[in-house]
Amino acid sequence: MSTTETTVQSVVIRFAGDSGDGMQLTGTQFTNATALHGNDLATFPDFPAEIRAPIGTLAGVSGYQIHFGSTRIHTPGDQSDVLVAMNVAALKANLKGLKTGGVIIANTDGFDAKNMRLANVPEDKNPLKDGSLAAYDVKEIDVTKITRAALADSGLGTKEIDRCKNMFVLGLLYWMYHRPIENTVAFIESKFKKNQAVADANIKVLKAGWAYGETTEMFAQRYNVAPAKMEPGVYRSIMGNQAAAYGLIAASVKSTLPLFYGTYPITPASDVLHELSKYKNFNIKTFQAEDEIAGICSAIGAAFGGHLAITGSSGPGIALKTEAIGLATMLELPLVVVNIQRAGPSTGLPTKTEQADLLQSYYGRNGECPVVIVAAQSPADCFHMAYEACRIALQHMIPVFFLSDGYIANGAEPWKFPNADSLEPINVAFAKERKASDDKFMPYLRDEKLSRPWAVPGTKGLEHRIGGLEKQNITGNISYDPDNHELMVKLRQEKVDLVANYIPEQTIDNGAESGDLLILGWGGTYGALKTATLDLIEQGYKVSHAHVRYLSPFPKNLGELMSKFKTVVVPELNNGQLVKIIRDKYFVDAIAYNKIQGQPFMASEVVEYIKTKC
Amino acid sequence: MTIAIDKLTSKDFASDQEVRWCPGCGDYSILKQVQTVLPDLGRPKEEFVFISGIGCSSRFPYYMDTFGMHSIHGRATAIATGLKATRPDLSVWVITGDGDSMSIGGNHFIHMLRRNPDLNVLLFNNQIYGLTKGQYSPTSEQGKITKSTPMGSVDYPFNPIALCLGADATFVARTMDRDPKHQQAVIKRGYEHKGTSLVEIYQNCNVFNDGAFEIFTEKGTKKQETLMMEHGKPLVFGENNDKGIKLDGFKPIIVNLSDVSANDLWIHDETDLVKATILSRFYDDPSVDGHFPRPFGVFYVNNNKATFDELFNNQINHAIESYGAGDLDKLIAGRETWVVN
Ligand SMILES: Cc1ncc(C[n+]2csc(CCOP(=O)(O)OP(=O)(O)O)c2C)c(N)n1
Ligand code: SF4
Ligand SMILES: [Mg+2]
Repeated sequence: MSTTETTVQSVVIRFAGDSGDGMQLTGTQFTNATALHGNDLATFPDFPAEIRAPIGTLAGVSGYQIHFGSTRIHTPGDQSDVLVAMNVAALKANLKGLKTGGVIIANTDGFDAKNMRLANVPEDKNPLKDGSLAAYDVKEIDVTKITRAALADSGLGTKEIDRCKNMFVLGLLYWMYHRPIENTVAFIESKFKKNQAVADANIKVLKAGWAYGETTEMFAQRYNVAPAKMEPGVYRSIMGNQAAAYGLIAASVKSTLPLFYGTYPITPASDVLHELSKYKNFNIKTFQAEDEIAGICSAIGAAFGGHLAITGSSGPGIALKTEAIGLATMLELPLVVVNIQRAGPSTGLPTKTEQADLLQSYYGRNGECPVVIVAAQSPADCFHMAYEACRIALQHMIPVFFLSDGYIANGAEPWKFPNADSLEPINVAFAKERKASDDKFMPYLRDEKLSRPWAVPGTKGLEHRIGGLEKQNITGNISYDPDNHELMVKLRQEKVDLVANYIPEQTIDNGAESGDLLILGWGGTYGALKTATLDLIEQGYKVSHAHVRYLSPFPKNLGELMSKFKTVVVPELNNGQLVKIIRDKYFVDAIAYNKIQGQPFMASEVVEYIKTKC
Repeated sequence: MTIAIDKLTSKDFASDQEVRWCPGCGDYSILKQVQTVLPDLGRPKEEFVFISGIGCSSRFPYYMDTFGMHSIHGRATAIATGLKATRPDLSVWVITGDGDSMSIGGNHFIHMLRRNPDLNVLLFNNQIYGLTKGQYSPTSEQGKITKSTPMGSVDYPFNPIALCLGADATFVARTMDRDPKHQQAVIKRGYEHKGTSLVEIYQNCNVFNDGAFEIFTEKGTKKQETLMMEHGKPLVFGENNDKGIKLDGFKPIIVNLSDVSANDLWIHDETDLVKATILSRFYDDPSVDGHFPRPFGVFYVNNNKATFDELFNNQINHAIESYGAGDLDKLIAGRETWVVN
């Protein structure tokens, strides 16, 4: 049979199926194979909060989008070229994201009467039969039937056999896009090493998918996507939460302080705990506490004891930590608070993304309680900024928020990872033992950073008490003195402000140093804003993009940088937060551009919006 | 790590801060007993850490010349758990009140007990919220008239000892502010226990709940109303040690020693959880006829449960032994990499 080979620059594939169909795993495997193939890529897992939402329903649809190419890729793509629909609900939920003329790979078994009913599609409106998909290139395959036939003599039950369906699709797409299957074979072997029959079945179906592409007439096209031209170096594929965990571990190694992570499970922060808990041989101590309050409080105990202390959570869990963050601020102990933001107030949209906790990080405590805030801009950047959060916390004796979000936490990208040696050193010195003849130890004596000595229990002569009551500067004794309180409130703010001397200046990511319009972003919107900016520049607009990773304090030159543009637009996945702070601090008439749908920006919508402001 | 330090005295444990409890408060006695016991423990001063929550009682660390943290309401148990997990070499003490431990901090309190970190917990029970000026607490008797409950509180109180046994505590004891010797002995036993030791101390708040424990602490009624438990000894009480407790199956009964031979009395066995549970229920209102005396001393000790800090750190050590100390470059690179030229 003859197949045509086509070379394309980039492709977007969306895998969609029921949450039980294994779409996340399929997507992750395809991502790894694609990374190893040398393409640049970005991914977007999009799944429901329920572990097993009602089968076959729209609520139960789980999606995974990957954008890969021979060019640089910064977003998971606005629209997909290929949609894998394991059932009719998956098709219904994702069709509007498919390009006109795009390929639909439909598992026909998922379009039977029962699935139609579950997806609330009238019997006479089966999209595979009613002509409504005429604008697309539909490939109908009864994946269930083929999988069952392939495994007829495997000795496995129907339920186990049906669980291999996703491997068929994966194999077929590997064939279509010339991806190597070896890594997935190795992955299956190791995942099911205790159950060879299941491992064999998955591998067999994976290969059956590949063979199906090769032998049937249905797929006349194969696509070549050449490796991307990226900076030379050694790369790996990395997900945001994984990178964050590695960044924290790296800070522990470089500071030679053992790491303590006190936390309580919550989506989407739990993976940081899962990841850290694997590395006990790095002296990483993870503690699953009884709630988020105990999570942070145990970390404060560990910080007092001289550990690199970290707590992590999302939305509602961060709210619970509020009082203890205030305590850490008063104690002036190093503490990193990891917030993998999710959408909405209260429980909100647990598996959806948003960047709506910036004001909470800034102001969300009683009294005046400033902290340092840094935010990662991409999955790989989680490594760097988590490391920075630790560096600043340890060297300035201060609580630091590390902000990430569900989108970059679960997204993946190729990462030109650093050598341990090349990481900025983190030198920490505890206060030294004292003799009875020495002067009295002053726990709140300050250095040029306004930070106080870290005097860990067990050190002779340093016995001292700290606490949440206002303290006298220098001595640390309880003080109700009015002037002292004012001094201390200002000192704690100044201590945050001084961090600006120890962080890099703000740079322009793309575009000129001055121009008509500056797109000022922060956090996980980086890829979309970068893509939009490049597009606008190519179209001749005088637009630049700067992405802020240090949010409190801001880099020292941020105000000046903004002043070189006629207009500043701040796009955010919230109702306008950074924009408020920028307007307040710099008197810049910045324009808010907001999206609050639990979904990332599409580059194209940003481009359209910015054009209206140029 | 025990080093003989014979030079330390109770004065060495007193900080330079002026003690600010109300004159006559039971907290003074507890501070004094702790400062008396500590020098005897043979440990250098810098190894002691006192962590408290919020309440009158929680001011305690400021008065101790040791490492200390006056934290936030109800959370000292969680902070101490984190400190002990990471620094098992330290002697970590938790100072908490009845409100601090059983209202706002109830969750951390029971979870600490089930995990069993090697902490020494002193629960100052005055059956009132002292610091906030006298509202009823979760140990106040039902019907308590306070500023917040002018018609009397309607909720039933906790029985702290029973609560702790229910949470699988491995050392549970009760003592009182007015009996320094008993207090010292119990605190010392608590220190020696490996695991969480919970010492409930009846503490008089002479401003907002004066006399709450009078019947147990004052000369005229003490012998009649208290049961001083000693391991291996029969449970005897009464003005002239003339009464005893006998077990009829699982049912405790009060007997006159004139009627029953001492051999037939209940012999206190600290290691018996069932018996400790029965004793914990000697929690009657002393005004009710036929009530049992209130037990003091050690209810229960379980020496067979490994501590949280031990288990927690064993895993770390085991991982290092099994896989070798972590290699950061290997971790960052992961299993699959590719080269771009
Ligand atoms: C989050 C929080 N809520 C309320 C308070 C107010 N508060 C301080 S101490 C206290 C009760 C203290 O009672 P207890 O623990 O029995 O200690 P005591 O003063 O009796 O020793 C309360 C309600 C607080 N400090 N923090
Ligand atoms: S209010 Fe009560 S508990 Fe508090 S210091 Fe005064 S007497 Fe003691
Ligand atoms: Mg009280």
